[in-house]
Amino acid sequence: MVERVPPHSAQPRSRLRVLLAAGAAALGLAAASVVPGIPLGAAAPQQAQAADSGKTTLTVAVAQSVDSLSPFLAQKLLSTSVSRLMYDFLTNYDAKDNHAIPGLATKWEPSADKLTWTYTIRSDSKWSDGQQATAEDAAWTFNKIMTDEAAAQANGSFVTNFRKVTAPSPTKLVIELKEPQATMAALDVPIVPEHVWEKVGDFSKFNNDTKFPIVGNGPFILSDYKVDQYVKLKANKDFWRGSPKFDEVVFKTYKDQDAAVAALRKGEVSFVAGSPALTPAQAASLKGEKNVKVNEGPGRRFFSLATNPGAQTKDGKKFGNGNKALLDQKVRQALFLSIDRKTIIDKVFQGHAVEGQGYIPPRFSAYYWQPSASQSLGYDPARAAGLLDQAGYKLKGDQRVGKDGKPLDLRILCHATDPNDKAIGKYLKEWWGKLGIGLKVNCLDDVSVPWYAGEYDLAFDGWSVNPDPDFVLGIHTCAALPAKAKASAATDNFICDKTYDDLYKKQLAEYDPAKRADIVKQMQSWMYDSGYMNVIAYPNAVEAYRTDQIKSITTMPEAAGNIYGQDGYWSWWSAVPAGSGTDTDSGGGGSSSTGVVIGIVAVVVVLAGGGFLLMRRRRTTADDRE
Amino acid sequence: MTADSTPALVKQADADTDGPAPAGPPAARGPRARNTKAYLTYVAAKIAGAAVSLFAVLVTSFFLFRLIPSDPVKQMTGGRRVSTEQLESLRHQFGLDQPMWQQFTTYVGDALTGDFGTSFQFHAPVMDKIVEALPATLLLTGTAYVLYSALGIWLGTRTAWRNGSTSDRFNTALALTLYSVPSFWLGLLLIIVFSVGIGPIPGMFPTGGLESGNETGFAYVLDVAHHMVLPVITLVAVGYAQTLLVMRSSLLDEMGSDYLTTARAKGLRDDAVRRKHAVPNAMLPTFTLMFVNLGHVVAGQILVETVFSWPGLGGLFYQGLSVPDLPLVQGLFFVFATAVILANTLADVLYPLLDPRVGR
Repeated sequence: MVERVPPHSAQPRSRLRVLLAAGAAALGLAAASVVPGIPLGAAAPQQAQAADSGKTTLTVAVAQSVDSLSPFLAQKLLSTSVSRLMYDFLTNYDAKDNHAIPGLATKWEPSADKLTWTYTIRSDSKWSDGQQATAEDAAWTFNKIMTDEAAAQANGSFVTNFRKVTAPSPTKLVIELKEPQATMAALDVPIVPEHVWEKVGDFSKFNNDTKFPIVGNGPFILSDYKVDQYVKLKANKDFWRGSPKFDEVVFKTYKDQDAAVAALRKGEVSFVAGSPALTPAQAASLKGEKNVKVNEGPGRRFFSLATNPGAQTKDGKKFGNGNKALLDQKVRQALFLSIDRKTIIDKVFQGHAVEGQGYIPPRFSAYYWQPSASQSLGYDPARAAGLLDQAGYKLKGDQRVGKDGKPLDLRILCHATDPNDKAIGKYLKEWWGKLGIGLKVNCLDDVSVPWYAGEYDLAFDGWSVNPDPDFVLGIHTCAALPAKAKASAATDNFICDKTYDDLYKKQLAEYDPAKRADIVKQMQSWMYDSGYMNVIAYPNAVEAYRTDQIKSITTMPEAAGNIYGQDGYWSWWSAVPAGSGTDTDSGGGGSSSTGVVIGIVAVVVVLAGGGFLLMRRRRTTADDRE
Repeated sequence: MTADSTPALVKQADADTDGPAPAGPPAARGPRARNTKAYLTYVAAKIAGAAVSLFAVLVTSFFLFRLIPSDPVKQMTGGRRVSTEQLESLRHQFGLDQPMWQQFTTYVGDALTGDFGTSFQFHAPVMDKIVEALPATLLLTGTAYVLYSALGIWLGTRTAWRNGSTSDRFNTALALTLYSVPSFWLGLLLIIVFSVGIGPIPGMFPTGGLESGNETGFAYVLDVAHHMVLPVITLVAVGYAQTLLVMRSSLLDEMGSDYLTTARAKGLRDDAVRRKHAVPNAMLPTFTLMFVNLGHVVAGQILVETVFSWPGLGGLFYQGLSVPDLPLVQGLFFVFATAVILANTLADVLYPLLDPRVGR
């Protein structure tokens, strides 16, 4: 073999240099852990609570990143929640019972013909640059959304029924409607300062994230933002409702939920919510933790099964391949009669949910509806079997067979990312299998394509409900159907029924709250009987916060509700910092001095190792020279 | 990745045996000129190949992400109050209502001028988002790359030279074990042990993020370094085994060679034989691996970036895929592939300088 003598340039750096480079990097990393001022171990809670000059900071771990800080573009929950803190809305929701209360507007009233709403704008709200917030700002905001397609991306649906918006005086806003609309006290649109935003050119590209602090008039002023890292808001001392108690609220991004829980345990963050809830395991692990309170409130979501009632476009063109058996109300009801909700609550949600019935969750008490005893479709497999027999699906062997001789086999769309869907899918397979119905659970990362193509029989469904139920009721109207087959549409699952639509229009035009609530309940009753939507559970909101950082915080509903994602700014506005004398031992173990000792030991070990190798190298080189 | 990731070592073998002899230049110019011309031809061929690969990636990225069954508009507005008309308007704004061929020609035309469009969800130019997240990724994976390459080479050399010893068996087994560990799991474990703290071990490091958000100047640099410790350790732990194993096997191949016996016969110390003769030759496959890994530095590590909430390209790609934000994922895919292609091309171009038999 010929000896290969590599060219000079191919020689690797000497081992020593490589070692020294690695050692230097390790040294740098280790040294950084013992630098004074950098939190170590139990020092973290102090960082979150009173870092510098006694400033109190409430840090919230969030899983989402901000899509835009422009309230005209923001779609994600985090971004819209931040908008809620930055800008005042015309009205707000009462923390106790969700009824509309004053926001930027102190009062509002409709005209006799129900088509004109007049709002009185408060005169004690100022923008953070000192200018007065007026009705002109509100009129400009709504007009911008109405006239600029780019500015309508986030809140366009709120103004579709608006004919004209004017501000006859700085304290008077007038909105003229095309049709009567009972939701005029539920316009969740942030009002922005005209004198700042009128300078914006292209609204589709302006993200409101270049100049800080951002001019606003909400309870907090956005002071700093770093993409995918944090959003910082400082208290607006001049907020008309009163200054928040914490000096600063920081939304810190944790892309991994377990890491966020670890951060809470350590005290690096003051609050962690799930997305949408902490898992039962996370909640259980935090329950025994010192200085941590797990808060569990009634959720605003419902978890349901939806059937395909036959996909169709607005002009009645049918598409999709939903199983025709589900067009029979008896079959739909039979399916729902064979779901044991209690088992699902106990086994899948592990008790962190409430059994579902009506479409609106019980936390929205004004609209909450329950079926009567005779109406109820509780767990009753025998009755389900009877209904299937009546519908013509007789049991042959262990299969239900239709009049055409084909077995009754169904498909259900499940979200691959939701473990609840998968677990419940297994139960359904078992329960429906006992009735002779075959079930294929089709779990996908994104179910929207087969769903909007109408290529499904059943689907796991769920929505967050607002204090005003108009939106979730509206997604089942004929108007929500797509214009073209398979196109994106506001519809949830292609329901289009005249009875339901008539009730929907009636509730929207009804300005008397009690009468409107009654119509909303009638709609839920219709929905329940139809069997198109079967609500299985209302999952609870499960979240946790550090009691050594937050002394008290308002939940919504106030009695025993949730903290994150409220309709309003109550939680962060009301949060009271724990006193400086509070025990701040996070249970993180040891003390900062222990960390310093370990860090110093690490540095010494690296230095000693480096020295030893250096000495060896010198000796070797000397030997080589000999 | 569709990038040309054929190890240069394989090409070296090809170069040894295949291909016609290069057309001889005039004899008067001599072998040096002939070598230079052959090298330049070789480099030009590699660069041309890279350009073709890049174009293939550009085309592939358009169709690849359209195979994902998804409706970006519905995903983005999921849970929000939107009307059917608003959804149609968004589809129009994003150009999703255009025929596929029109979307494709617009995309390729714009991409050739460096414009990858506007991110659906972030309402910002894709290249701006990439430039914004790139430094964080380079800092994290670049540091880890240097450390795991150095550690892998060093330990690979040591274990091979002491082949069969206890330290060889231990180091090889440990490296293989760590290599098999899922990086997100190891990351979480490190967070629990060294961030939160267990028993006598205090929580020394932050649980995530790149910075605390309240430091400036030198304190900021230290703060970032402090945040880097655990993610870097995670990346190094799961990454060094590859280099170690390649270095080890390559050195073991060399160890029976006659030239080492000759070197020893000349009276050279064992250490010098290893350092000056064996290791340089054994480094060639390791260099190839390092260049391949260098290309992946840009892509970041999606799982590690997620666990440690690192604001880099890996996390951005994950967010892009969840919609899918087509312009963003197309742009990122192209950048990732470009990095790998460039690293491989660089390896190809440099390799003849390391091993003169390649490229002739």
